[in-house]
Amino acid sequence: MAVATPVIEFRQVAKIYNPGEAEVRALDNVDLTIEEGEMVAIMGPSGSGKSTMMNLIGCLDRPTSGEYRLLGEEVGRKSDNELAEVRNRRIGFIFQTFNLLPRLTAVQNAELPLLYRGGPTPVRREASRKALEAVGLGHRLHHRPAQLSGGESQRVAIARTIAADPAIVLGDEPTGNLDSRSGAEVMAIFQDLNRRGRTVIVVTHDDQIAHHCRRIVRLRDGKLVRDETVAKPLVASPASMPLAGALGGAGLAGAGSTGSGGGRG
Amino acid sequence: MSVFESIRVAWGGLVGNKLRSTLTMLGVIIGVSAVIALVSIGQGARQQVTAQIQGLGSNLIMVIPRGNGAGRLYLDDVADLTKRVPEISVAIPDLTRQVVVKWGTSEYTTTAEGTAPGYEQVRNHNVADGRFLIQADIDQRRHVAVVGYKLYTDLFGERNPIGEQILINGSSFTVVGLMDPKGQGLGTDYDDRVIIPISTAQRMMGTNRVQTILAQARSSGEASQAVARITAIYQKKFPTRNPGTDDAMMVQSQDQILSTVTTATQTMTLMLGGIAGVSLIVGGIGIMNIMLVSVTERTREIGLRKAIGAKRRDILAQFLVESMILSLAGGLVGVLLGMGLSRLGALINIPSTVSLASIITAFVFSAAVGLFFGIYPAMKAAVLDPIEALRYE
Ligand SMILES: Nc1ncnc2c1ncn2[C@@H]1O[C@H](COP(=O)(O)OP(=O)(O)OP(=O)(O)O)[C@@H](O)[C@H]1O
Ligand SMILES: [Mg+2]
Repeated sequence: MAVATPVIEFRQVAKIYNPGEAEVRALDNVDLTIEEGEMVAIMGPSGSGKSTMMNLIGCLDRPTSGEYRLLGEEVGRKSDNELAEVRNRRIGFIFQTFNLLPRLTAVQNAELPLLYRGGPTPVRREASRKALEAVGLGHRLHHRPAQLSGGESQRVAIARTIAADPAIVLGDEPTGNLDSRSGAEVMAIFQDLNRRGRTVIVVTHDDQIAHHCRRIVRLRDGKLVRDETVAKPLVASPASMPLAGALGGAGLAGAGSTGSGGGRG
Repeated sequence: MSVFESIRVAWGGLVGNKLRSTLTMLGVIIGVSAVIALVSIGQGARQQVTAQIQGLGSNLIMVIPRGNGAGRLYLDDVADLTKRVPEISVAIPDLTRQVVVKWGTSEYTTTAEGTAPGYEQVRNHNVADGRFLIQADIDQRRHVAVVGYKLYTDLFGERNPIGEQILINGSSFTVVGLMDPKGQGLGTDYDDRVIIPISTAQRMMGTNRVQTILAQARSSGEASQAVARITAIYQKKFPTRNPGTDDAMMVQSQDQILSTVTTATQTMTLMLGGIAGVSLIVGGIGIMNIMLVSVTERTREIGLRKAIGAKRRDILAQFLVESMILSLAGGLVGVLLGMGLSRLGALINIPSTVSLASIITAFVFSAAVGLFFGIYPAMKAAVLDPIEALRYE
């Protein structure tokens, strides 16, 4: 079995805020490798550097020192425009606070990454609509965020990621603002995405949520203190989500190609 | 992201805040319409004055003693100039005074203008009925009068004035002619006057001088030569310390007056436009202000857009296009409003001409304002750090 390039490879990665006087070592020389198709939870107390790590993985930031390879490519050497390109094509970010644009409808929100990627409008619209159907919001296409519940909003945010069809899905406490049922729905979608070959990384404070992942990485004071494998991950009940079937249909496959290399699954 | 998409995104941003966008645009609208309206009034004034100066006559040269009293003009000067300056075809004396004209029981205050034959040619103003003054009227100091059109209608109404007797400051005159209507010019009404022989006028007014000599150059090309020659004649006749600056006689061709006045009105137009331009800049500051507020308000949006792959130039374009839409739409509405205003001015007799140049200038200027005042807020948005922007409350 040939060893594929890891999706994420941290070598002695450090992130230091305010270097000098009141410097904060948010990440302290961390080594971490995540292979394609993994589903990883990142845990740790508040201030331990989880968000910092996610921002680095998601190419929103560059390490202060150390080496970060994403899909085999060194991130530190990329220009701002190249990083934007990577975020647009390879990464899907899902936030605790959803971050939907309030003036846009669900379908317009889900279309946003494709807007920056280019391509004909009807194709983008279609991908966006399918992505919303895949997360069970086919009946909410033209609702604005203010007209959606928290769970629905987060599913629109996930549809935004699905429409862009990235190789890596990052969630920084994606269930933090949701009740357990909506949280379970989100995790079910994540597990489904993972089954379809996407690498999924989730930051969470919730053990229950974390145990939906096969691997749990624990941080403390910017250091990686534990890296464990979950023998039998929980399976988010698709029963609460009548859409699991839809996800298997046209949803992901029709959401456009990222052109990212390598076989999946 | 394509330009078209940028425009769509920017448009969405503006429509999302209609009242604010409209109010912001209002600044540009007022600025542009003020520029258009004021510049067109300035240009209208210039055209009017130009027309009036041209209406004075054709290839006209005026010889007027300066106020310092050093120079004097007599009837002999008229003949003298005609003889010595080959570039002029006719010269006439001119002496005006306010007088009271009576006919029957009607009584009017008007201007009496003492002059001589040749007036018609020099002034480009002909008799409509009867005859003009002839040399014999001058020589014999006859009490004959040619009435201007307004005086005629005021005094005689519909009646034929030829042959009627009128009293000018108490002296009896026979009306021999009626002038064509000519209209107003440079502060005088050519129709509100009575024309009498210069000799008769001098006697009535108790002077042997004339106020002005009006001459006509043979062609506009010869006018400046004529002016130079006449100037030289009077510099010799009335020597002064600084010839050219304190001459006793002011000699000016119509073209010179025209260019002086044109320069003056151009300066006025520029000043008006400049003042209005300031309000356009104020409008631009309004755009900048609101764009800065908008960037701050939408910090999270900017962060999100960057997180999902927007490049700096995408964000820059989004906000720049917003401010450009504001200023261009404001410019467009402003141009229309300005044209409406100047049309309205024309209705209440403020002459105004909307020129294509002023429309284009105002429009380009408003676009420049949008670009100039939009670039800073857009840059500010474009360089936001996505992480901090996403954390912004
Ligand atoms: N921009 C910044 N400037 C300075 N210090 C920062 C900055 N961002 C984060 N930090 C610090 O870095 C450390 C790690 O922050 P980080 O946000 O990664 O923690 P976290 O594990 O995500 O915590 P939480 O669970 O509360 O979200 C904290 O001590 C934080 O105060
Ligand atoms: Mg965090």
